[in-house]
Amino acid sequence: MSIHHHLDAASLMRYAAGDLDPAFAVVVASHIAMCDECRQAVRLAEAVGGACLSDMPEAALSDGSFTRLSRMIDAAPDTATKRRPVEATPANDPDGDVPLPLSSLIGGSLDDVPWRLVVPGVYRHKIELADTSSSLFMLKIGSGRKMPEHGHGGTEMTLILRGSYSDSMGRFGPGDVADLDEHVEHQPVVDSDDPCICLVATEEPTRFKGIVSRLMQPLVGI
Amino acid sequence: MLKVLRMEETTEDPGPNTDQARHEALITAVADNRDKSAFESLFVRFGPRIKGMMLGSGAGEDLAEDLMQEVMLTVWRKAALYAPERGSVSTWIFTIARNARIDRLRRQPVQPFVDVETVSIASDAPSAESEMIAGQHGEIVRAALQKLPQEQRDVIDLAFNQFMPQSEIAKKLNLPIGTVKSRTRLAYKKLKENLEDLR
Ligand SMILES: [Zn+2]
Repeated sequence: MSIHHHLDAASLMRYAAGDLDPAFAVVVASHIAMCDECRQAVRLAEAVGGACLSDMPEAALSDGSFTRLSRMIDAAPDTATKRRPVEATPANDPDGDVPLPLSSLIGGSLDDVPWRLVVPGVYRHKIELADTSSSLFMLKIGSGRKMPEHGHGGTEMTLILRGSYSDSMGRFGPGDVADLDEHVEHQPVVDSDDPCICLVATEEPTRFKGIVSRLMQPLVGI
Repeated sequence: MLKVLRMEETTEDPGPNTDQARHEALITAVADNRDKSAFESLFVRFGPRIKGMMLGSGAGEDLAEDLMQEVMLTVWRKAALYAPERGSVSTWIFTIARNARIDRLRRQPVQPFVDVETVSIASDAPSAESEMIAGQHGEIVRAALQKLPQEQRDVIDLAFNQFMPQSEIAKKLNLPIGTVKSRTRLAYKKLKENLEDLR
């Protein structure tokens, strides 16, 4: 897979520090699962955490802390994880186009997604997540169509899984991620023969939305 | 051999790379021999620091202690999954602490992180070179962090030492969120350049 559009460094660092909202964490994790370059990059970001941990001042532990942990270990059967042989996973299955972090949520095939028609040529599947103020959904958009406007005023992140689209920032194909700040205006148009399927996280469009877009919202269902 | 390693634990500021070599030997002893005293050395080294992070992130005394114990229990159980080619022991333990905290304090699923780990295990072939690089990583990243301009260092410290969300960092430092983002980006870029220079 040749990937041309990667995660923003700020997103990698937030992922590494555990600061991403669940919806965005799923998109980031899915891209990382598909992209060797960002998998290396997130390791550097996590190494920042490792260095911070090494340099952390020590806090006082409670009395007998190790003894207690030691007893816990002795009392339970040893459930040590064995070194695992390399196995085929959905993510490194060459024919699969659902990365593992997404297949945990929707299953292993893009053909089995329960799509709901929102406007002609545009299908949507909302993925329910607990404890999030953002939304995570999948879009399937027909060839030649514009992506619906969504979530302007907030950050959004789009990962292409199948097909492609183009906008002012270039062409986005499978594995590419558009990691956008709130100020970016863009109007992607699907340019693949087959529909473009992507995974999108947006900050919930609430107070930022004007009255006109609030009226438009039910139409697009986003 | 382990006795010697543990005696070194008390010396101040050992030279580059020795921390990682010592920690790796301890993890291997835990994974292969279920060596309790090797585990205790890791506990002595990392337990108080993990607890410090949890306290800094707003957990109370009991919760911080409890989370620290949970993290160290995971280290004991999953020692065999530590892969030197993916980073230093302290980085691996940091990710366990991060995940434990997300799981407990933020009540969020850590599944995406676990899945990425699984993908890494399946797709990264270890090599002598990558192992060497990761071994040096720890010390080099520590050195590179020291060299960051203070304003970038502050943002990194709050995000990683205290697990502070970006929005709270912005509030605390009285900065627009865009500035926090760009400082984070610059810090990452600088760290990457430093690592490439030192390699
Ligand atoms: Zn990437």
